[in-house]
Amino acid sequence: MSARDDIFANIRRSLGVKGSDTIRRQMVTERLERAPKGVIPERGQVSGDERIALFKTMVETSLATVTEVASPAEVPQSIALFLRNHNLPATLRMGDDPRLRAMPWSETALEIAHGPSEGNDLNAVSHAFGGIAESGTLAMVSGPENPSTLNFLPDNHIIVVSAKDIARDYESVWNRVRFAYGKGGMPRTVNWITGPSRSGDIEQTLLLGAHGPRRLHVVVVRD
Amino acid sequence: MTVHTTSPQFKKNAAQALGDAQLQKALGNVKQGFIDKRVKAAEKLPEFEALRDSARDIKDHTLRHLDLYLETYEDKVKASGGHVHFARNAEEARSIILGICREAGARTVTKGKSMISEEIGINHHLEAHGIVPVETDLGEYIIQLRNELPSHIIAPAVHLNATQVEQDFRRVHTHLDAKRDLSEPVQLLTEARAVLRERFLAADVGITGANFLVAETGTSVIVTNEGNGDLTQILPKTHIVLASIEKLVPTLEDVSQILRVLARSATGQELSVYTTFSTGPRRPGDADGPENYHVVILDNGRSSMLGTSFEEMLRCIRCGACMNHCPVYHAVGGHAYGWVYPGPMGAVLTPTLIGVDKAGHLPNASTFCGRCESVCPVRIPLPKLMRHWREREFERHLSPATVRSGIKTWGFFAKRPALYRLATRAAMGALGLAGRGKGRFAWLPLAKGWTKYRDFPAPQGETFQARWRRERKGRAA
Ligand code: SF4
Repeated sequence: MSARDDIFANIRRSLGVKGSDTIRRQMVTERLERAPKGVIPERGQVSGDERIALFKTMVETSLATVTEVASPAEVPQSIALFLRNHNLPATLRMGDDPRLRAMPWSETALEIAHGPSEGNDLNAVSHAFGGIAESGTLAMVSGPENPSTLNFLPDNHIIVVSAKDIARDYESVWNRVRFAYGKGGMPRTVNWITGPSRSGDIEQTLLLGAHGPRRLHVVVVRD
Repeated sequence: MTVHTTSPQFKKNAAQALGDAQLQKALGNVKQGFIDKRVKAAEKLPEFEALRDSARDIKDHTLRHLDLYLETYEDKVKASGGHVHFARNAEEARSIILGICREAGARTVTKGKSMISEEIGINHHLEAHGIVPVETDLGEYIIQLRNELPSHIIAPAVHLNATQVEQDFRRVHTHLDAKRDLSEPVQLLTEARAVLRERFLAADVGITGANFLVAETGTSVIVTNEGNGDLTQILPKTHIVLASIEKLVPTLEDVSQILRVLARSATGQELSVYTTFSTGPRRPGDADGPENYHVVILDNGRSSMLGTSFEEMLRCIRCGACMNHCPVYHAVGGHAYGWVYPGPMGAVLTPTLIGVDKAGHLPNASTFCGRCESVCPVRIPLPKLMRHWREREFERHLSPATVRSGIKTWGFFAKRPALYRLATRAAMGALGLAGRGKGRFAWLPLAKGWTKYRDFPAPQGETFQARWRRERKGRAA
C-alpha cells in the first residue's frame, strides 16, 4: 500500500469509520460551503471615522507608524516627507500597481524603481488589498502589482491603504478575497502584516528589524 | 519511528541544567516575560475565553473528519499547481525531501522555523548528503551554530545569554573583523541579519513548516515575527512545506478564529507580525515567488492517536503557553526533556512519538498543578493525559516497585485535592528547610528515577499552587 493509502486507512480505522460515510461527508461539505464565522470580537465592529481611528491606534500598537492623507494625489509628498524626516535616502521601489502608478511622483525628488526587490533596496512602497481595524493588520496580495519581495526585503516598508478598504475584521477581508478570486480560490500569497519585523530570541529582548523591514509606515488614503 | 532521539544526551543535559547558574537566570526570562504578556493580552480581549472554546471545537471537528479534510486539501493543492507527498514516518519524509532537493539541484537550503523538521531530523540528513541546511529564525540559527536542539518551541534559544551568542558568532563568522563590537544584542541581530541575507538570496530550496493547512483553499499558513519564513519561501525556486496531519483546518474563517488565540497565548501579541497564506507556486505574470510548491504531510504515529485518549493532544497549536507556565520547565529548561518537544506538551507527545520505553519518565516531570491546562488555548487536559501515561506505564510494570507504590500514594491524594494540598504543603515546608542553602536535592524518597540523573530543585518552602495564588493576589492588589 502507498504511504498515502496507508495513512488514510489508519485514520479511518482509528476514527472507527466503516463503509459508507455519507453523513460525515455531508457535514464536511456543508461546513466548507457555509464557512461559519464563529466568535467575532466586538472591538472591530465599528464604522466610519471610528473604524479608521481604531485601525490607526492598532497600527501604532504594533509599533508601526501611520499617517492620513486626503487624496491619492497627496501620497507621494507624504512619503517623501516621511523619508526626509527619518534621514532616509530619496529612493523608492514599487511594483506595477495602477493606483500607485497614477500618483504624481514627479512632483517629488524621489528616485523611483519598479519591479520585485533583489535585496538591495532601502525603501519600498506597496498598496494593500485591505486593512483590518480589529488588529491594525494590513492584508497584501501577491502579483506583479505588489510583488511579495517588497514586503520583506527593504529596510523601510511603506504601505498605502484606502480608507474604504479598511474592514472590521479578518472575515470581511476573506469575503472580499472570495469575491475577487472565486469561492475556494486564493491569490498565490496573502500576507497579513502587523507591525515591523522583530525578534525576541536574544535574552527575550524585543528588537526590531530581524529579517524583514525595521520600519513599517502606513499611509491611509481618504477620498 | 525517528532516529533523532537524544535520550543519552538527556541525562547529561539535565544534570548540567540544574547546576547551571546561567541557565537558571535565562529561565527567569521565561517566567517573567511570557506569563505577564499573556495575561495582559487575554484581558484586552473580552471574547478570549469564548474564542478558546471555538478553537477547541474547530480542532475537534477537524480531527473527527480528518480523512475527508485531508482529501479536500490534497485536491485543492493539486488544482493550484502544487504537489502533495505523504510520509508515514520520519524516514519517508526525509527521503521525499532529499529527493525534491536533488531534483532542484540544491546546494543550500534555507529553513523557516519548523518543529516537525526537528522531529524528523532533516538537517543531519541533508548534510549527510552534501546539502547545506541553513536555519534562518534567529533562535534556530543560534542553536544550529551550537549543534543543539531548541529548548522551547517558540523561543528556541531561550536558554542562552547574549555573551554566549557573541562567542558563537565570533567562532563562526570568521570573515568579519575580529575587533568588531558585539556587546549589544542589537549588534548581534544586525550581524545575523546581514549574514543570513546572503544565504537567503543564494538558497535553491526553502523549507518551512506550517501552522495550519486550510482544506477549503489548499493553503499553507505560517506565522512568524521575523519575516524569515517568508524570505525562505519567496526567494528560492522551490518551496517545501513540511507539516503533520493534524495541522488541517476546514476554512479561512476557522484559521482566523484560531489565530486570535495563538499569538495572544504565545507572546501576548494581538497577532504575530507576519501571517502568510500560501497557495501553490508562482502564477503567470508573477514577478516573484517559488516556481515549485511541494507539501510533505507527515503522520509519524499521529493517526494512531485518533480515537484514543491522546486524540486531544492533536489539537495542539504549538503556542508554548504550557511550558511558559510550567514550574518544572522553569526549573530544568527544555533540554532536560531530552527530545524535540519540551514542557507539558512534550511530556504528553514525546512518549507517543518515540515510545514510552524511551520517554516514560517525562509524564512524571510534573507537579500536576494544572496551570498548563488552564492556559492552553485549545484546552488540552495535559495533566490528565500525563496521568494516562503514568497509568499505562504502571500497568505495563515498566516502573520499578518504589515508583509504583509512590504513584499509588499519589493516586490516593490526587482523588482528594484538599488533602493533597495539605500534604504537599507540609512536605514542601519540610523539604524547603532540608534543601535550604543548596537549593537542590541529589536524592529524594520515591523519586530515585528523577534524582538519579538530575537534582530535584528544592521547593521554596511552599507549594506552587500556594505560591501561584499568593503572587496572583499580589499582582491584583
Ligand atoms: S499543549 Fe496547549 S499550551 Fe501547550 S503548546 Fe500546545 S496548544 Fe499551546
